[in-house]
Amino acid sequence: MAPGHNSFPRNPGMALDTAMFEGHPVNRTAAARRAAQLTTRRTVKKEFQAAWLVNAIRCIDLTTLAGDDTAGRVRRLCAKARQPIASHILDGLGLDSLHTGAVCVYPTMVPHAVKALEGTNIPVASVATGFPAGLMPLNLRLEEIRWAVAQGATEIDIVITREHVLTQNWQALYDEVAAMREACGDAHLKAILATGDLQTLRNVYAASMVAMQAGSDFIKTSTGKEGVNATLPVSLTMVRALRDYGDATGHMVGFKPAGGMKTAKDAIAWQILMKEEMGNRWLQPDLFRLGASSMLGDVERQLEHHVTGRYAAAHRHALA
Amino acid sequence: MPSVSDILDNLDYGPAAEDARVVESWLAENSAGFGHFINGAFTAPEDLFDVESPATGKVIAKVSQGDPEAVKTAIESARAAQTGWAALSGHERAKYLYAIARHVQQHARFLAVLETLDNGKPIRETRDIDVPLVARHFYHHAGWAELLEDEFPGQQPHGVCAQIIPWNFPLLMLAWKVAPALAAGNTVVLKAAEYTPMTALAFGKIAQEVGLPKGVLNILTGDGETGAELVGHSGIDKVAFTGSTEVGRVIRKQTAGRGIPLTLELGGKSPFIVFADADLDAAVEGVVDAIWFNQGQVCCAGSRILVAEAVAPRFTELLKARMQKLRVGNPLDKSIDMGAIVHPVQLDRIRDLVGKGVEEGATLTQGTAPEGCFFPPTIAEGVEPASTLATEEVFGPVVTLTTFRTPEDAVALANSTAYGLAASVWSENVNLALDIAAKVQAGVVWVNATNLFDAAAGFGGYRESGFGREGGREGMGAYLKSPLKQLGEPEPEAKAPEAAPGTQMSATTIDRTAKMYIGGKQARPDSGYVYPVHGSHGAKGLAGLGSRKDIRNAVEAAHKASGWGKATGHNRAQVLYYLAENLSARRTEFIERLHSFKMPAEQAEQEVDLTLRRCFWYAAQADKFDGAVHSTQSSYVTLAMHEPIGVVGVACPDRLPLLGFASLVLPAIAMGNSVVAIPSQSHPLSVTDLYQVLETSDVPAGVVNIVTGPRDELAKTLAAHDDVAAMWFFGTPQGCAMVEAESAGNLKQTWAEVAGLRDFTGPDGQGRAFLQKATQVKNIWVPYGE
Repeated sequence: MAPGHNSFPRNPGMALDTAMFEGHPVNRTAAARRAAQLTTRRTVKKEFQAAWLVNAIRCIDLTTLAGDDTAGRVRRLCAKARQPIASHILDGLGLDSLHTGAVCVYPTMVPHAVKALEGTNIPVASVATGFPAGLMPLNLRLEEIRWAVAQGATEIDIVITREHVLTQNWQALYDEVAAMREACGDAHLKAILATGDLQTLRNVYAASMVAMQAGSDFIKTSTGKEGVNATLPVSLTMVRALRDYGDATGHMVGFKPAGGMKTAKDAIAWQILMKEEMGNRWLQPDLFRLGASSMLGDVERQLEHHVTGRYAAAHRHALA
Repeated sequence: MPSVSDILDNLDYGPAAEDARVVESWLAENSAGFGHFINGAFTAPEDLFDVESPATGKVIAKVSQGDPEAVKTAIESARAAQTGWAALSGHERAKYLYAIARHVQQHARFLAVLETLDNGKPIRETRDIDVPLVARHFYHHAGWAELLEDEFPGQQPHGVCAQIIPWNFPLLMLAWKVAPALAAGNTVVLKAAEYTPMTALAFGKIAQEVGLPKGVLNILTGDGETGAELVGHSGIDKVAFTGSTEVGRVIRKQTAGRGIPLTLELGGKSPFIVFADADLDAAVEGVVDAIWFNQGQVCCAGSRILVAEAVAPRFTELLKARMQKLRVGNPLDKSIDMGAIVHPVQLDRIRDLVGKGVEEGATLTQGTAPEGCFFPPTIAEGVEPASTLATEEVFGPVVTLTTFRTPEDAVALANSTAYGLAASVWSENVNLALDIAAKVQAGVVWVNATNLFDAAAGFGGYRESGFGREGGREGMGAYLKSPLKQLGEPEPEAKAPEAAPGTQMSATTIDRTAKMYIGGKQARPDSGYVYPVHGSHGAKGLAGLGSRKDIRNAVEAAHKASGWGKATGHNRAQVLYYLAENLSARRTEFIERLHSFKMPAEQAEQEVDLTLRRCFWYAAQADKFDGAVHSTQSSYVTLAMHEPIGVVGVACPDRLPLLGFASLVLPAIAMGNSVVAIPSQSHPLSVTDLYQVLETSDVPAGVVNIVTGPRDELAKTLAAHDDVAAMWFFGTPQGCAMVEAESAGNLKQTWAEVAGLRDFTGPDGQGRAFLQKATQVKNIWVPYGE
């Protein structure tokens, strides 16, 4: 089994079935109300909070997706992925080992990441398909996937063509994602919906469903580059879509919110969402990832406070 | 405490108890017991009873049982303070209310924890809902105090308000009662609920903290006897009650004939309607907020789910899955959805009703609840419309689930209840949602939402859920009165009708037979008797001697005219203008008729001309007395719609036989009501002369029904009629008392006034106040955002 890969059958997808999403209403106000209540109805304290934060680290796709990424920068990120919290904190928590769910980089950074993570179980995820806008000819996008997989990426975070959603060209969207899934081979496909561009929750639901029907292993909110990235109402909508898809087909699909989540509080909030809507199974890294970079720093500070009882300083922790 | 690695295996929430030490030590300091808050100070504790925390069964405090002496002292101190309080400028009162709002916010956590300890509701709710709404209510009403003279010119406070609040939202209900009362310049004697007096007492401390003048607010603790003593006391000027419909009826009877304005906010069995095109996940979450909020102990709880057959299986599946996620337990725990039932007595009641439901064939799906005073979230299926669980207010976390076929079916099921407090409508089709919102008999309708509250929106019921509103402009109105500008002499009692023949009449024209006017047709009196109508030279004609059965027929006819309420204001205006046109054509005849009743010619002329003007005035208002859009929460439009009440009984004063009738009937029909009117008992003929005018003016059949005869006897039948929604009565003081007492049957709205006091020829004879009486406000919350 490749690093990070799950113990259950992959989502094989299905034929496009627009009846599963066309006309499916998502009421914005109600979704916002539910999203707001998730964290007012549930909280975790003390040891429980620490455990949930540790779990968040297990689910983080530690990410760098910047124009100034270098081999050195990626090595540093990978070092942090291998040892996400200082050893005295790990000891204080009574844990032996801990690493992030994956690292996530641009395609040309994959070889550096693979090298830096040698000997670990940490998968390398690569964005691909003309990330972040995806407006490249399809053959080039598919070739990019193949190239990244060949370099050792075991997870591919693709972007969808937003135009297909905005024009409701579901067949084109389906065909595109299905072709990408094929190009991935054994690598897992995470479909980024760029929900900030899709705007309406109905679009989010429909795009989620098409992406899953086309065989996505994960559906993911955002590239981190849209004006609005992961939000709880959008996440709620996507999670309900993957629940509905599962209810209809029996296939399990993972969820990855990404972008804009910076705090330990966010890490808890999204886990509450998963636990409430899907149950514990979706708190495991094979079905849940947090696409984040700076979040880890805040999580580490909170964990140090838990262990020492003193409030922590970021500069005393290793940089990602 | 389990280790981090153990927790990682199951990722449970774990305990997250709110720290209650500050409140607990306050309670410990006061372990000797609490007195009442009277005249700005706490009385010495006496005749103590225990207050228990329902979650633990532990006694948290001892409070005093309010005896008649305490009630008397509290009322006297409120009375003594009232003049001075009302004499303050609105701005001065606003400053006090603002300070209260501020201090409530500053003590928010204390109040939330205390409320949770006392009531058993989750800290999430007290912290996020109850206490913030309390502060919001005082802020909002600080504003009304400031604006009183501008927004309610010429209106005055009632005086001393007696207020009785329930145990389900103890502090919030206090706020809903106290804030508008004080803003208007009233002083208050409030009786806190027997089970949950603690936050009211803490509020007394806040009143002291902000330096509220002594006696302006008085708070009594005690049981129902204290409440009855308070409501029965002669020293009060207004009663406001929130609680059960059963007690509401008792209070209605207890206050009958005392000239005390009354507002009642009572029970409900509110429908929660899910259409096939609804966002089902949103609707499921709505159920959580509807019936599993405050353990279902919510008067406006959506306790009857009506779901479209087409989506019922999926909706039910989602709902049951969601219910299993609810966490029931220690209400101080921040991760708890449902806390304790307020008291073991209430728990027993819920168990009894659910047991009865099961006996009647209901099948239950339940979540889990710990031992003690807890009840699990419960869905009851297989509940027929007539069964206990479908009709009785359970006041617990129990919801029935029934299917419907069509929108019409949904409305019929929704309205198949004696109550009319609230409704929740789930559909993504704005046409459908607003159509249903209009058709449901409820004071509050939430579209794609439920249990939303705001100080700027009115809250209150239709039908047997009570009358009067709390919140918004409509709520302020309940604490103000518009005194008559001129006070006339009470009318003498009308002479009893004599049904035996033989009265001398002067036959100058062809004999005319004045019948009843029912359903647009002239009908002979069911009794088969007539009585003479006396004038200047003997009798002027015979009028039908109406009886119970004529009233019954008239009410049935009035119900058939329900299309009138849906007509546009413009249409109704046209009819009223046309009425004026046709009456004007026969002006001379009507003047002569009045003159023949010994009325001086000049006065008769004035009465007819005023009637014509009144037609015009209410025609003009028909499309202008419209509602409002309240400024409540973001992403919601809150429409305050003026709706007709329905069938209104009108018993007219004896004097001014034409103008008295017109002054009451015109505003009622201008707003879309249909009317069963009892005209002047002594001189009904100028009204029976109107039949032809009504017929020629396109007044639809059944909109105006007229039964002549003995006013009090006929009014009694109307007041007791369960299918009459409001009763206006102008007659003797005894008649007023009778009407108010009889109205308790279906808790119809009443307007009972001693005839003769109001001068219908002067400025008191028409106005917006009449239109307010003729309408009820429905607040419809519509969300937006895509």
